[in-house]
This record gives sequence, structure tokens and C-alpha cells, in this order.
Amino acid sequence: MFFIKPIESNEDYQKYVDEKTPNSPIWKDCFNAFWVGGLICAIGQVIFEICKMRGVGETNCYAIVSIMLIFFSAFLTSLNIFNKIGKFAGAGSLIPITGFANSIVSPAMEYKSEGYVMGVGAKMFTVAGPVLVYGISSSIIVGLIYLIFNMQYISLV
Amino acid sequence: MDWFMILKAFIVGGIICVIGQVLIDKTKLTPARILVAFVTTGAILGGLGIYKKLIDFAGCGATVPLTGFGNLLSKGAIESLKKDGILGALMGGVKSAAAGISAAVFFGYIASLVSKPKIKKQ
Repeated sequence: MFFIKPIESNEDYQKYVDEKTPNSPIWKDCFNAFWVGGLICAIGQVIFEICKMRGVGETNCYAIVSIMLIFFSAFLTSLNIFNKIGKFAGAGSLIPITGFANSIVSPAMEYKSEGYVMGVGAKMFTVAGPVLVYGISSSIIVGLIYLIFNMQYISLV
Repeated sequence: MDWFMILKAFIVGGIICVIGQVLIDKTKLTPARILVAFVTTGAILGGLGIYKKLIDFAGCGATVPLTGFGNLLSKGAIESLKKDGILGALMGGVKSAAAGISAAVFFGYIASLVSKPKIKKQ
């Protein structure tokens, strides 16, 4: 007789799930993520160098790079091209600021049929909202911790 | 044009993306969680002053990934804290990242207005 071993503990179940889920080819994924992500950053650096040659200050150069990459990403997402790049590159297009812009445009497009306020306006922030919440909160906490170690800056106004 | 800097941006940016890809493949975290993790990591590294060295080395290779966004937030908080005290800690972060946030919201809104709504697959 052949018995199927019953799944008793959580670990057994986890092992079973791991056996059954298909392994994504991690080396290929990583290679694609590397060159697409690197390329996006290199394009950013080219924009940066052009701005710098025109005599823009360094902080503003970085801001211009972010704005232009966000613009390209929003534009490509609205043409449905960015999602194809995302499928191919994975984290390569998700981690750069392009992924942040895509995460705003993509749900906004999808929920357009639910109206412009609660559809587009609210669903824009399904992914970007948490990013802003945790980003801003952690920056304030970092600031307060910095203040504890540098007491000379304490003043209320 | 500084070609060596562009190469460094390519390599460092690529490595940061590979870290994200490994997290996606190995831990089954959703993309939203990975973005949150990257922003928070960037904010902490920025507060410790480590991230600034990476930016000096790789330029946009460090600022374009979302860790750079987190770094920008905490760097802004610390800088305006030096000027305005506790009030600065609340003002500075968003102020320094304002261009990115506003651009993302504005271009995102325009892009979703002009695009054709996707037909959801049932």
C-alpha cells in the first residue's frame, strides 16, 4: 500500500509549498534586473552631466534627473510599454524612481472607470502611499535621533 | 561628459536592483513591501551618513534607486533641523523631496487622464 504522508506541522507544509512552486530562474532574472536597472541609472547620469555642463547646481541637477525619469516612466506606462519592460526586468525597473512613478500611474489607469476622484485620485496611492508614509516617517525619526546626538540644535522655533 | 562616472552609475545602480531582484525571488515579498523596505533603508543609511559616500562615488547610480529617495528625505530633515530645530525635522524631509513627489503625482495624474482605460481581464 502506498500512503500519502499527512501534512502535520507548518514546516512540512512550507516544504511542500516550496517543492510545488516553480523556481524562477534567478540568475537570468538578476542579469536582466542588473542591466536594465543600471541602464536607467546611467541615463540619469547622462541627464545629470548635461545639466551640470549647462551650469545648473548639483542639488537641482539631481531633482531634474528624478523629474525627467518620472516623466518618461509615466509616459511609457500610459502607452502600456512600461509594464512589458517590468515583466522582463523585474526589480530592474521597479527599484529605480521609474518604478515609483509606474506604481502611481498603473493603478490610476486601471481604476479610471471608478471615477476621477475615488478612482484615479484615490487609487494612485495604493503602492506610492505606503512608500511615502514609511519614507516620511522614517526620515522624521532619523531626524529626531540625530537631534538626540546633537543637542546643540535643540530649539522649538 | 564624464564617461567613467556614467559607468559607475551603471554598475552601482545595477547592483542595487539585483539586491531587489534577489529579495523578490527568494522571499516572496510583494513589490510594495520591497519599495517600502528600500525607502526605509535609504532613510536610515542617509541618517548615518553612509549613503552620501555612495552618492559621491556613483552619482545617479545611488540617487535614482528608491534608496536615494529615502536618503533625500532624511538628509533634508537633518539639514533643516540644523536651522529650525524640531520644527525643521518635520519640514525638511518633504521639502527636499518635493520635486520628485510633485512630479510623480502630477505626471501620474496627466498620464492616467490621457491613457485609454485598460480592459480588465475577467
